[in-house]
Amino acid sequence: MIKELTCIRCPIGCSLQVEMNGDEVVNVTGNNCPRGAEYARKELTAPSRIVTSTVRTIGGERDVVAVKTATDVPKGAMMDVIRALKEVEVQAPVHIGDVVLSDVAGTGVDIVATAENNRRG
Amino acid sequence: MSEKNIDLVIIGGGPAGLAAASAAREAGLQDILILERDNKLGGILNQCIHNGFGLHTFKEELTGPEYAHRYIEKVLEQDIPYALNTMVVDISKDPNSDDKLVMAMNKEDGLFTVRAKAVVLAMGCRERSRGALNIPGYRPAGIYSAGTAQHYVNIEGRMPGKEVVILGSGDIGLIMARRMTLEGAKVKVVAELMPYSGGLKRNIVQCLDDFGIPLKLSHTVVDIKGKERVEGVTIAEVGPDRKPIPGTEEFYSCDTLLLSCGLIPENELSRQLGVQMNPVTSGPSVDERLQTNVPGVFACGNVLHVHDLVDYVSGEAAMAGKNAAAYIAGGCKNSSEAPEVEIKTEGGVRYSVPSTIHMEDMPDTLTVRFRVGDVYRDKNLVVYVDDTQLSKMPKRVMAPGEMEQVILVKKKLEEAGVTKGSKHSLRITIE
Repeated sequence: MIKELTCIRCPIGCSLQVEMNGDEVVNVTGNNCPRGAEYARKELTAPSRIVTSTVRTIGGERDVVAVKTATDVPKGAMMDVIRALKEVEVQAPVHIGDVVLSDVAGTGVDIVATAENNRRG
Repeated sequence: MSEKNIDLVIIGGGPAGLAAASAAREAGLQDILILERDNKLGGILNQCIHNGFGLHTFKEELTGPEYAHRYIEKVLEQDIPYALNTMVVDISKDPNSDDKLVMAMNKEDGLFTVRAKAVVLAMGCRERSRGALNIPGYRPAGIYSAGTAQHYVNIEGRMPGKEVVILGSGDIGLIMARRMTLEGAKVKVVAELMPYSGGLKRNIVQCLDDFGIPLKLSHTVVDIKGKERVEGVTIAEVGPDRKPIPGTEEFYSCDTLLLSCGLIPENELSRQLGVQMNPVTSGPSVDERLQTNVPGVFACGNVLHVHDLVDYVSGEAAMAGKNAAAYIAGGCKNSSEAPEVEIKTEGGVRYSVPSTIHMEDMPDTLTVRFRVGDVYRDKNLVVYVDDTQLSKMPKRVMAPGEMEQVILVKKKLEEAGVTKGSKHSLRITIE
């Protein structure tokens, strides 16, 4: 089976045609450099993303604080991460790097704050 | 009305203003003041909670607030004074000296004037609004610029709607397509007037493709339905003349329309001051020091020209800050008057920053940034001084959405006969 995707490793944006045998990448064409093949392999066998969102904050200058997964998580777990974050509420003050949730959605990855939210008043 | 004296006033505490202030202090300037309109330093980065910032500067992927925080910390460590919730309303030249008079106001001090030896313009840009887009229909609730929606969601924690159509494929629109999808909204389509997207490739892949959101190129909104609240929009294909093609209309029901149709440098203050503007960028025309035609007034960041990477903003702003400090240290006199080099852009290159060069003040290498007007594949970026070819760089692809640059080497310009007091045109073109 041939899958098509756009390489995002640089602004050229090569259109890649990837020959798949089940879950295995057999051959990549359309790439102008080795990074394209590497991207296609990663993206089609173990795609991952850093997820960024916000969580509710109690007593802060702002009602939400920005957060992210400390490292990338499997792309398929993205919505699970978001759902888990809906249940989280943190107490101000929150500082950049604070862990607001450990091992989010069973990914083994922590959620950390990416913004400052000081106590109100 | 009170008046105080400050050597360097920086208008805006976003990424450009912060980097300019920090670099000016590093260059030895003590007396600096940052004036910021918002209640926080950091500018628009505070609401850009997605990651991808800082790959060039810090060699890691940061979110917007994290990137801003690094510069805020630096400014705090350097003990650079700043005023928040302070709006600059006018900048003018003092008729009796080389000073600039910066008029500003806030709740504590009321209206006040700062007398400055030099000013760095770092006000950023603003989104093109519905009024500027000529979309027919009523004016119901539910129409937001993508950045306004971003503020609601990321700063205030509120969702502006449930079913969304986005007009324009600028980066903020793409980012908000993903953000609103993650927060539970249904983003039905992104319509783009041009035959190509104005956004970065990685945003198209990770914000639209990842979520199966269709991107319709050469399409625009021709009607908005709903009187009190948006009930839907009609999208039609456009021809090469960018006019809607009859019979291609398609109706999308939605309660929200987001606009991501370009950014415009915010230069009302610059215009009042008499700064010469570049009609292509809507930003000031500047020389190699990023100085405008008003001596002692420098510009950097999105007020100068709209960037796609904040890393470039920081680099550019640091240069403006350093040059402003040098201007003050040199007794507020420019060493050379008329520029030797005028940069002309042709063949699809739309503009350049800077647009003039004084050889005496040119550093050993000078980065000239610009955008192209169309998608170009397998072409060369060629630089000429008068009729001599200075450099030729093959480019696989160039697109309007990605800023391009050439690096000029001073020695090479001199070898091509550009000397102090002479007159030359430097052409950047696509062949």
